[in-house]
Amino acid sequence: MKNFNGKILFLDRADINTDEIIPAKYLTESSKAALKPYCLEDLVLEGFDSKRDIAGKQVIVTRSNFGCGSSREHAPWVLECNGINLVIAENFARIFRQNMFNCGMMAIELPKEEIEELFDEFSATDAELVCDLDNFTFTVTGGGKTRVCKFSVGDFDLALVKAGGWVGYADSKY
Amino acid sequence: MGKTLAQKIFDSHEVDRPASGVRVLALDRVFCHEITTPIAVNDLVAIGRDRVFDNTKIKAVIDHVSPAKDSKTAEQGKTLRDWAHRMGIKDFFDVGENGVCHAIFPEKGFVRPGFTVIMGDSHTCTHGAFGAFAAGVGTTDLEVGILKGVCAFREPRTLKVEIDGALRPGVFAKDVILTVIKELTVNGATDQVLEFSGSAVDAMTMESRMTLCNMAIEAGATCGVCQPDRTTVEYLWPFIKDEFADREAALAAYSKFRSDADAEYTRVLKLDAAAIEPVATVRYKPDQVMTVRELEGTKVDQVYIGSCTNGRLEDLRVAAAILKGKHIAPTLRAVVSPATSDIYRQALREGVLEVFADAGFCVTNATCGACLGMSNGVLANGEVCASTTNRNFNGRMGKGGMVHLMSPATAAATALAGHITNSELFKG
Repeated sequence: MKNFNGKILFLDRADINTDEIIPAKYLTESSKAALKPYCLEDLVLEGFDSKRDIAGKQVIVTRSNFGCGSSREHAPWVLECNGINLVIAENFARIFRQNMFNCGMMAIELPKEEIEELFDEFSATDAELVCDLDNFTFTVTGGGKTRVCKFSVGDFDLALVKAGGWVGYADSKY
Repeated sequence: MGKTLAQKIFDSHEVDRPASGVRVLALDRVFCHEITTPIAVNDLVAIGRDRVFDNTKIKAVIDHVSPAKDSKTAEQGKTLRDWAHRMGIKDFFDVGENGVCHAIFPEKGFVRPGFTVIMGDSHTCTHGAFGAFAAGVGTTDLEVGILKGVCAFREPRTLKVEIDGALRPGVFAKDVILTVIKELTVNGATDQVLEFSGSAVDAMTMESRMTLCNMAIEAGATCGVCQPDRTTVEYLWPFIKDEFADREAALAAYSKFRSDADAEYTRVLKLDAAAIEPVATVRYKPDQVMTVRELEGTKVDQVYIGSCTNGRLEDLRVAAAILKGKHIAPTLRAVVSPATSDIYRQALREGVLEVFADAGFCVTNATCGACLGMSNGVLANGEVCASTTNRNFNGRMGKGGMVHLMSPATAAATALAGHITNSELFKG
């Protein structure tokens, strides 16, 4: 399984689309690793600098409808090659969400209020998250505070995470 | 309780229920293009699975950058071309015979009512216009689709959009779908099927229905669908005439997939067709929509007519009718890209391309190109484009560029005026 722990990058905006996560002009790259420098390059978010803010982060916490737009799996890939395997949001666009689990990564949905509280308590801190997949909880620490959140993952999604993705799962089963 | 069209298709294609609320479906079509397929192909080779589940159900096209613009895009085209030949995929459309995927595959009659379709492209929802369940997927789903002919989906929930009445002159399917997206928001139909019905949809051509379904994804929908009817049968007839005794037999067979009257919907959105007027998007999300009247006078640097949304013959004819005998404003440039090579040839024969050329348009070949900022009309920083495409995301048609989405009629009128304006077809 992939690593789901680490420092949090807070992206305080709804409807972040996959063109913002990885612009189409980079889809001509034939290797996933080549995408790395272009992560979130076109993100419209005040104060955000993709060159400065992504390094050292392993988890994204954001608002609703993350990953909308294009079906490009380059979006999860560019996160993955920057060491980010977990995105937590109010909800996700369907294709992006499926792509994450298909790659053995996780897209976790939390109620709006809980996302709001995570932003309130930790977005100004150097927050770190530890994920416990056995108990479906994660713990966030930062700015002297600690918070434990419960989450749920569907049985099928969890099977994909444990199988390392959909190709391995489907190849053995169908 | 009755069933929706999507539920009926799920029932007839179910292979497995790997967990509660998830079904694995057998696929009738796996469509491929040169941007998202090569990585899947390369991975299949790497894991020792260089094969396909059925080379008659897989169709492939080079469309996103056609012809290739540089070494990298040439390499992507080559990977797809070599693979199609290696796998014996007969329906592979190369530069010159190609077209934008969601225009050429319907044009070839590849999509039928009741089919399941996937493609590594979010606008695959277009094919639901035929009463199919057609979903955009990522490269991993595509890879499994190619290898195994299956794809996993959550149980379909359907949101019904009922549009009754007659559209006013100068109002088109593009205005309808933008109005629908404004009502639903970009997240309003996420993980749902968007089912279009009502007398206004019944009266639409297949081309217009494809425009409607094409942008279902912009409201978050998995698929847009229209009920198969006589219009569907008539469009498909040249391709299905050997399968059915007559059109009535085809209609009877396809009608089985129509949603039942007592089917369950998550929501029913009702719209009065006569109240819809020409609209265009503003800013960076497709649900940010204003009337063209409100945007009157907005200066643009480029007009673009084309794409899987509005690059079909019907669209080019409407624009040409407005442009005929006139010239675009000297303050902008304009590009038209017929969505397929066949549309290009037909528009050439009809004199439609001559109208565009005489009006000062740059007439390009069929390609996705500028729609996603790849080639053939990319914007410079700070530039504004009036476009018949489907996404106005930041940087979509070029870094720092701004896109106003609109119908071909409004785009043509805008090209003549030099600023956003209503076409003469719309009487207010």
